[in-house]
Parts: sequence; C-alpha cells; structure tokens
Amino acid sequence: MKRARFDHRLLPVMLLVPQLTIIAIFFYWPAWNAVHSSFYLQDPFGFGSQFVGMDNYTRLWTSSEYMRVARFTLVFTLLVTGLSLGLALLLAVKADKVIRGARTYRTLLMWVYAVAPPVAGLIGVALFDQNIGAITDLFAALGYDYRLGVSYSDTALAMVVVSVWIQTPVNFIFFLSGLQSIPKPVLEAARIDNPSGFRRFWEVTFPLLAPTAFFLLIINITYSLFDTFGIIDTLVKNNPASNPMTLVYKVFIDGFRGNDIGGSAAQSVVLMVLVLILTVFQFRLLERRIHYT
Amino acid sequence: MTATDTAPVSAVTPRRRRLKLETVLDHAVLICGALFMLTPIFLALTTASHDKVLIQREGLQWAFGSETLTNFNAAMFEPGGFTGDITGATMLMNSFILGVGFAVGKIILSMMAAYAIVYFRLRFATLAFWVIFTTLLLPLEVRIVPSYEVIQGMGLTNSYTGLIVPLLASATGTFFFRQFFMSVPEELVEAARIDGAGPFKFFVDILVPLSRTMIAAIFIIMFVYGWNQYLWPTLITTEESLFTLVRGIRQIVQAIAEGSEIPDYGRAMALALIAMIPPVAIVVTFQSWFVKGLTETDK
Repeated sequence: MKRARFDHRLLPVMLLVPQLTIIAIFFYWPAWNAVHSSFYLQDPFGFGSQFVGMDNYTRLWTSSEYMRVARFTLVFTLLVTGLSLGLALLLAVKADKVIRGARTYRTLLMWVYAVAPPVAGLIGVALFDQNIGAITDLFAALGYDYRLGVSYSDTALAMVVVSVWIQTPVNFIFFLSGLQSIPKPVLEAARIDNPSGFRRFWEVTFPLLAPTAFFLLIINITYSLFDTFGIIDTLVKNNPASNPMTLVYKVFIDGFRGNDIGGSAAQSVVLMVLVLILTVFQFRLLERRIHYT
Repeated sequence: MTATDTAPVSAVTPRRRRLKLETVLDHAVLICGALFMLTPIFLALTTASHDKVLIQREGLQWAFGSETLTNFNAAMFEPGGFTGDITGATMLMNSFILGVGFAVGKIILSMMAAYAIVYFRLRFATLAFWVIFTTLLLPLEVRIVPSYEVIQGMGLTNSYTGLIVPLLASATGTFFFRQFFMSVPEELVEAARIDGAGPFKFFVDILVPLSRTMIAAIFIIMFVYGWNQYLWPTLITTEESLFTLVRGIRQIVQAIAEGSEIPDYGRAMALALIAMIPPVAIVVTFQSWFVKGLTETDK
C-alpha cells in the first residue's frame, strides 16, 4: 500500500476512538468473559464461582444431549445450505437466460430477503399448524398425520423449509450478479465449441461461478448456524422440550433458562472456534481467488 | 470448415422449435420459484382478511374476506401484551428507531474509522485494522450471554442505547467503506493537498459526495439488518413499551402456544405483514443500489 496520505497525528486517532471503544466494550470484553467463565463453575444463586479447569468442556463431550444437538445442527446446516444454494443456482441460471420478464422475475425472487426470520417463522407456524395449517392439510390429504412441535422430524422439516425459503433470495442475488459478470465473448466462444447447453454450463459457466459459490457456501453455513435462531425460536414456540434445536439455540437455552453460565460459556467458545475455522478457510479461498482474477 | 458452414442451415427449423420448448421450460421453472417465494405471503395476506373463529374452524384462507381493516386496525392500534400498553404503532416506531439508529450509527462510525485507516499515516494502523476486523469473525449470537451480562452490569437494559449500541460492535460497515475508499483514485488526494485542502475539507467536499451511492446501499442493508434483529431485542427489552415489531412476534407466538383462547391468526398475520412491509418496500424500491451494495462485499 503506497497511497498518498495526510500527516496528522491526533485526527486519525480521534476518528478511530469511537469505533474502537464500542468494539472494546461490546465485543472484546464479552468475548473474554465467555472464555473466562467457561473455566469456572458459577453458583446458580450468584455466590461466587469456582475454577474447574476443563470440566465444562468435558461435560459437553460426554453429554449425549449436546451431541444430539450437534448432530442435528450438522444435518440442518447441510440441508439448508445445499437446498437453498441449489435452488438459487437453478433460478439464477434461468433468470439470466430468459429475455422476457427478466426484471420482474428478479424482483419476485429476491424480495423475501427483507423478511425477518421470526416473521417467516410465524408464517411457518401458521402454515404448519395442527388445526389450520395449509401444509398440514396437504400432508393429511396424502394420509400423513403431521404434528408440528410434537414429532421431532416434523418440526425439523418445518425448520428446514422455512430456512430455505428465506435464504434462497440472497443466494439468488449473488449467483445472478455472478452470472451477469461473466464476459459475453467467453460464453459465445463456448457456444461455438460446445452446442450442448448442459455440458457448457458445467464445463464453462460453473467453474467461472465457483468463487461466488465458495463465498456463498461460507455465508450459508454461518446463516444456518446463527441467523436461523428466530425461525427455530418461533417454530418451537419457546418450548424446546424434545424438539430439535441448533447449537446456538442451546447456548441461549442453557444460559438464560438453565442458568448454567459455565456450560453455556463453554458452548460459546466451541462455536467461536468453529467460526474461526470457517473464517480461516474463507480467507484462504479469497486469497486464491485474488490470485486467479 | 465446410461442415460448420453447412450445419446451421440444415439445423434452422428443428433448433428454433427446440429453443421455444426450452424457453417455456425456463419460464415454468421461474414461475414455480416465484410461487414458492410468494405463496406463503399471499396466504398470510388472505388469512389476515378473516375472522379468527372462521380461521380456527376452516383453516388458512385462500380467498380474501371482509375483515382486512378490522384485523389491521387491531394489530396496529389495539393494545396488546401483558401490560396492555403496547400497540402495533408503538412497535412500528421502535422498529424505525432501531433500524434508522443502527444504520446511521453504523455509517458514521465506520466511515470515520475507514477514513482514518485508509488516508492517514498511522503508527498502529495494522493493529487497529486487526482489532476492528476480528469482530467480523464472531457474530453476536456466539457471545450472547456474556454480552447480555455486560449490558446488564452497565444498567443499559430497557433503553435504546442498550438496544442499538452493542449491535454496532462489528466491522461490516468499516470493511465496505475501506474497500470503497481504496478504489478511489489516489490523484484526488494529491490534487486536494496541492490545492491546500485539509483532511476535513477533503472528506466533506470530495469523499462523502463520491461515496453517495455506497452510503445509500449500506444504509439499506443496515436498516434491514437492524429492523430484523430478534435475539438481541428479545434479551434487552423486557418492558413492552420498548418492543419492536419483530420482538413483538415472539409475544404473539407465545400467546398462540398458551392456547387458552382461540389464537387470533388474522391479527397475527396482519402484524407479520406490517413488520415486513417497510424493509421489503425499501429493498424493492432501491433494488439496484441494494444489489450493488450487497454484491460489492463479495471481494
């Protein structure tokens, strides 16, 4: 970086202070507290705490319930990421191809981006409701007794469907803008070489889209892990009981309901490590990508 | 060579027919996709136009009824909640305060920080950069319990400050503006310096006008993000007069779950629609800015 710059000493510091202060108080302090209290056992009534070393962590690894939540989170993340990326890619390819109504399709397919997860969750509650739900009726017509909030797999299905619904638009926007940035001559050359549209897509278009797809992969994993909180909370109607839940939801439940501060903090730290790994992975991909372009 | 010359001539008629079928298929896929996106909202809209007893008896409604105004009126102006001092209108205002406050705060803080990082010779520039950008790694959800404890310790629960300021502790905006400032031609700074313009004048007269589109795009993205916040408002605001619309959804779901009386799905759907109209309207109206702002982050 050899840029022309201003030579001031105090001004840049003053410009940085507000942001740094907020980050220090509301980011580093809580993050440090999470790491710190993950090594302590808090008295539930607030009378001091006791250093317990790795106990909170070993409690996690040996807890069959935590492992069950972890397994569900993995399956949920894979399903939501895979389905919403696949659907968005299909729609983006088609929206990029058609000439008539391209703008209308774009608007119709992207606007759900702005719907908040819990609002989507509430609509999901109505659609999958035992008495009045339209999707429940559909299942009933097929001879299946669908029960949201009672059957583990039925609730999981609703969570996946609502999450995919709300996550597809953002993927669609990125895929479409990725497709539109592919130089036209490249596609024309490919058309001459290879008349089969399907093969042309996998051999020419898709590799050119790969960077966008990788970027979206990380975004979607993060989304499935964290941003689905509102959907899960509304669909289980604040009553987790035997319902499926994700790791983040469990941090919340254990920390605020169960009052298990140490255990909840240990779970937070596990998630932090998970996100760090994802981010390192993303940075490495970005580096490689800069190399290509 | 001759083969490629003659091939198109013989292929004209069949290819045109195939192309047509393909186009029909493309549209069919897109229409199915659009239906998947729209049907839930359409059902919410039609259901919001019916009475709760009818909905309970006959299920979600596919046709419009006559109760639209009653339901929206109830959702908007009839007091609800446990204390009965919260209406949809109050929540709507709180949502606007959160959305606008968050977006404006984010833009001001991050423009200042990005300006300092990109345009000044700073001793601890690299350190400041990393301190700020590490926040990109850990979303609020991960450190939710300790964050709550910090805010509680400061006595900021049930206040707009406690609601908005902790959400500002992330570097997304700074990152966008840094990327954008780096793409501004360097000659501009040199020219400004030769003309004797100081850093303040350069910022106000050159950089801010240049960043207008970027500011608008980030405003839209951040407004939607702030408006749609759920977990943080759920923890921080327990006083109903501070509820946002999205926070209010939780109350409705709990009321439905309790099931002591007939759940008012008509009113609930009306409130859900009120909660989604402002962010959706902004995203649709300023589509091109929004898409540009969003995809610019992909760098």
